[in-house]
Amino acid sequence: MYDFAYQKPASLADAVKALGADGEAKALAGGMTYIPVLKQRLAKPSTIVDLSGLGLTGIKVEGGKVTIGAMTKHCVVAASAEVKAAIPALAALAGGIGDEAVRHRGTIGGSIANNDPAADYPSAALALGATIVTDRRSIAADDFFTGMFGTALEQGEIITAVEFPVPTKAAYEKFRNPASRYAIVGVFVAQTSGGPRVAVTGAGQGGVFRHSAMEAALAGNFSAAAIKGVKTSPDDLNGDIHASSEYRAHLVGVIAGRALAKAG
Amino acid sequence: MGFEGIGASVRRKEDSRFLNGRGNYTDDINRPGQLHAYVKRSDRPHAKLNGIDILAASKAPGVVAIFTGADMAKEEIGGLPCGWQIHNKDGSPMAEPPHPVMAVGKVRHVGDPVAVVIAETKQQAKDAAELLEIDYTDLPAAANMTAALAAGAPTVHDDVAGNICYDWQIGDKDVVDGVFAKAHKVVRLDLTNNRLIPNAMEPRAAVGDYDVNSGEYTLYTTSQNPHVIRLLMSAFVLHLPENKVRVVAPDVGGGFGSKIYHYAEEAIVTWASAKVRRPVKWTAERTESFMSDAHGRDHISTAEMAIDAQGTFLGLRVSTQANMGAYLSTFAPCVPTYLYATLLAGTYKTPVIYCEVKAVFTNTVPVDAYRGAGRPEATFLIERLVDAVAYDTGIDRVEIRRRNFIPADAFPYQTPVALQYDSGDYQTTLRVALQNADWDGFEKRRADAKSRGKLRGIGISTYLEACGIAPSAVVGSLGARAGLYEVANIRVHPTGSVTVFTGTHSHGQGHETTLAQLVVEQLGVPMDQIEVVHGDTAKIPFGMGTYGSRSLAVGGSAMYRAMDKIIAKGKKIAAHLMEAAVEDIEFANNTFKVAGTDKTKSLTEISLAAYVPHNYPIEELEPGLEETAFYDPKNFTFPGGCHIAEVEIDPETGVVHVANFTAVDDVGRVVNPMIVEGQIQGGVAQGIGQALLEAAIYDDNGQLLSGSMMDYTMPRADNLPNFNVATENTMCTHNPLGSKGCGEVGAIGSPPAVINAICDALKDYKVRHMNMPATSGKIWTIINAGINAG
Ligand SMILES: Cc1cc2nc3c(=O)[nH]c(=O)nc-3n(C[C@H](O)[C@H](O)[C@H](O)COP(=O)(O)OP(=O)(O)OC[C@H]3O[C@@H](n4cnc5c(N)ncnc54)[C@H](O)[C@@H]3O)c2cc1C
Repeated sequence: MYDFAYQKPASLADAVKALGADGEAKALAGGMTYIPVLKQRLAKPSTIVDLSGLGLTGIKVEGGKVTIGAMTKHCVVAASAEVKAAIPALAALAGGIGDEAVRHRGTIGGSIANNDPAADYPSAALALGATIVTDRRSIAADDFFTGMFGTALEQGEIITAVEFPVPTKAAYEKFRNPASRYAIVGVFVAQTSGGPRVAVTGAGQGGVFRHSAMEAALAGNFSAAAIKGVKTSPDDLNGDIHASSEYRAHLVGVIAGRALAKAG
Repeated sequence: MGFEGIGASVRRKEDSRFLNGRGNYTDDINRPGQLHAYVKRSDRPHAKLNGIDILAASKAPGVVAIFTGADMAKEEIGGLPCGWQIHNKDGSPMAEPPHPVMAVGKVRHVGDPVAVVIAETKQQAKDAAELLEIDYTDLPAAANMTAALAAGAPTVHDDVAGNICYDWQIGDKDVVDGVFAKAHKVVRLDLTNNRLIPNAMEPRAAVGDYDVNSGEYTLYTTSQNPHVIRLLMSAFVLHLPENKVRVVAPDVGGGFGSKIYHYAEEAIVTWASAKVRRPVKWTAERTESFMSDAHGRDHISTAEMAIDAQGTFLGLRVSTQANMGAYLSTFAPCVPTYLYATLLAGTYKTPVIYCEVKAVFTNTVPVDAYRGAGRPEATFLIERLVDAVAYDTGIDRVEIRRRNFIPADAFPYQTPVALQYDSGDYQTTLRVALQNADWDGFEKRRADAKSRGKLRGIGISTYLEACGIAPSAVVGSLGARAGLYEVANIRVHPTGSVTVFTGTHSHGQGHETTLAQLVVEQLGVPMDQIEVVHGDTAKIPFGMGTYGSRSLAVGGSAMYRAMDKIIAKGKKIAAHLMEAAVEDIEFANNTFKVAGTDKTKSLTEISLAAYVPHNYPIEELEPGLEETAFYDPKNFTFPGGCHIAEVEIDPETGVVHVANFTAVDDVGRVVNPMIVEGQIQGGVAQGIGQALLEAAIYDDNGQLLSGSMMDYTMPRADNLPNFNVATENTMCTHNPLGSKGCGEVGAIGSPPAVINAICDALKDYKVRHMNMPATSGKIWTIINAGINAG
């Protein structure tokens, strides 16, 4: 780790100011991604702005929406009775992130802001048509994820909450990387008021993406059978030592089918 | 307190401190005034090292000193020595290029040490290391054996033409070729043994502490064999008198072979602490472990079995390429030769065997012994080849093994590849394993799996290994540059309690418990009055350490001999005290007794007399009750047995689930059944890891792709089944304990059982062989090709 200054502001306004005033300052949430980055000396921030004093935690279900504070930990979402009742797939997804230690530190805001191409939450946000609320605006998930590790966030912009509209049906299924246990392929399927949505994580070269061919196939019939023949091209998919792009393309179909079967 | 002698599952004494965070590992050791070392490593697989400008780095805050390979060369510091010399087919010695502690002139693998920065804190050392200006000229790399052996390949060492370390053979090629020429059938298999990265839980660490006043050097290090490190480092590298060097290997958190070797950092911190006149500490980060701990395995082989019409093995012919990495690690050359080719008879009476092995230098981390060392490679080859024979002939897999086993009444059995097995009963371990695994009920389980859409398979491996390494004269004649005896000193204290000073080293095996049980058994002293001391050259006699499952068979035997001497001396004292003839004194249950009388003296009374020799035969007998024995075994020991894996494959994803695993091993006398079971479970876990998950992968340029836990798949609990472990033991005939060893059997026997089970599960897809690791992606490719082919 390189030396850095540390601040723990008590208000959102102060945090925004601290981050806005210094282009080299960086927000810290659970640190499960960013602290390893620091330890490997892959980043050299001037100041770390710890978001844990801002009170951005908590879960609220109202008006057909589940709103989760950005600093809410994975373990809290996984155990939440409200989330389990409203969007059980979301609670299950949170419970399948990393391991127990990671779930007790990592946050939804950190995960969404980081947009790791193999992370789980981005698929839920995209498939459920979530809204990412920040200190200055609301961003639709469709506009938020802009490619591998890329988001629509401006420098110093802080996610405060993520709003998930409650779907009619939803499920998440994940094929784990055997080493890291992130997703090699993760598919979140949802039947929403705007129609079926399918988001795929782990597989795409550009990070999480919507599978429009599957969504089209599901329009009339939200079931595993409906996507049977739908092909996924390996062309834009990742290939690495764990899985070739062809294998990933195949898995997208299998895992999507399993998610749909689970969604019922 | 119940029975605690041989055969009791006594709880491990050491676990209380390990589980309560009270272990004393090398990184827990901090010396007054200690500095921190950061080793700057090459990020290039192969490059000319033109020079290192240390100026900016040396001015960085906290920096005390910076040393490079050139600095060590100026002081004529030696290279890291190799402890085993192999000879080529033509009788000439192997190529043994220098292995500088830090690179000189060239770097040869990613991770090769280039410089060391010593500073007040580790952070400062790391900060300064970034300011080192290293002038490299990149060279093309030989990233794997195929590349290294290709015409015009880059040479890893300029004076080693063709990158060949040695081209060795065992057996009579003409005789074996003759058998093949006349055979009914020849079954051939090409196979690889995947390269592994050991990943002990505790990363390597070393603290060097030079005492200006006495001129003594103390090295605290994560080692399996502190005396060997002292010898190698003082005699070959730093040229120091051994009496001025103390090596302490305190609690060590796993080794699996990777902590046998003398590593650069040990020499660096020891040497540097004298230069800077302060203690110097280095602890590996996990990333460094991946690129600097010796890797394991990495063979490419062709194996052929000549058979007659009944499937009788007539001859075995093997050609192997073994990756040495960029330099020869301490024992690397013996692994693919005397720990490998000599095992190729396995459990079978194959009458003639020929094996040739080419050892190859590549621009990768050095490869050396890793749990099993050579024997897993041999076992995988044989047990896969036997299944291939079954596949090609249609003879049942179990039947073909039964037909070719060395029968139980044939021991001692001389194999055609040098070893003489002393004991074993392979039909029995097979029979019991088949029972325990419910082999006969398998087809029902297969059908049940099929109804759930799963492909189920069962696989068997009837393996043998040689451990308890080994007779010094024999290994010496095979090229070892070290003795392989073991030593124990037994000190009975005046009040009858006992301290054992053993030359073996415990790094997770539970010696403090197992070895104490030997004392309970032989001297009748209760467990809580026995201490086992190991790991400090200032305390223990000169021992060879722990590897090759040798601690009990060799080290325990040394203890037995030492305790025999204690009893013999005790009898003399007892005879004096009880005014009887020595021949009439019996010893049992902690008590000396005059035969046929009720006159007795406890061991405590005798030891007290020995240390307070008032009424004592002082003319004939020295005072004290402390004995040392050096035990050099007559032979290796030969554990063996049968492993059966049952797997279920999800044909949609290719994921393999190990449903059942049954092991029936012959490990000789079992001292602590619980510890033996734990050793076998751990070994099998590593074997399943090798079979399904683990692979060190380099890209074609020599960069390590699987360089972290994010990409190198260690087995975890959810990858493993419940183990069904049992032993069916025959006794080792040549050591006093009858023990053979259990540390490696799990890792040796299990990988082919798993792969055989996978091939069985995929039999509808005509899978005759599959290399490890059998990842889901590979299996899906096979299934997919089958499906696509219609
Ligand atoms: C061993 C391990 C296994 C893991 N496995 C998985 C897995 O299976 N699936 C998975 O999805 N993830 C996994 N993760 C990642 C984990 O979910 C992380 O917690 C998550 O990616 C980041 O969340 P964090 O709170 O730790 O963020 P941090 O690491 O603190 O921050 C990550 C990034 O987001 C920024 N950031 C954080 N919060 C905000 C905010 N509110 N507004 C704006 N920017 C912000 C930070 O500046 C930083 O750039 C794993 C991590 C580890 C260490």
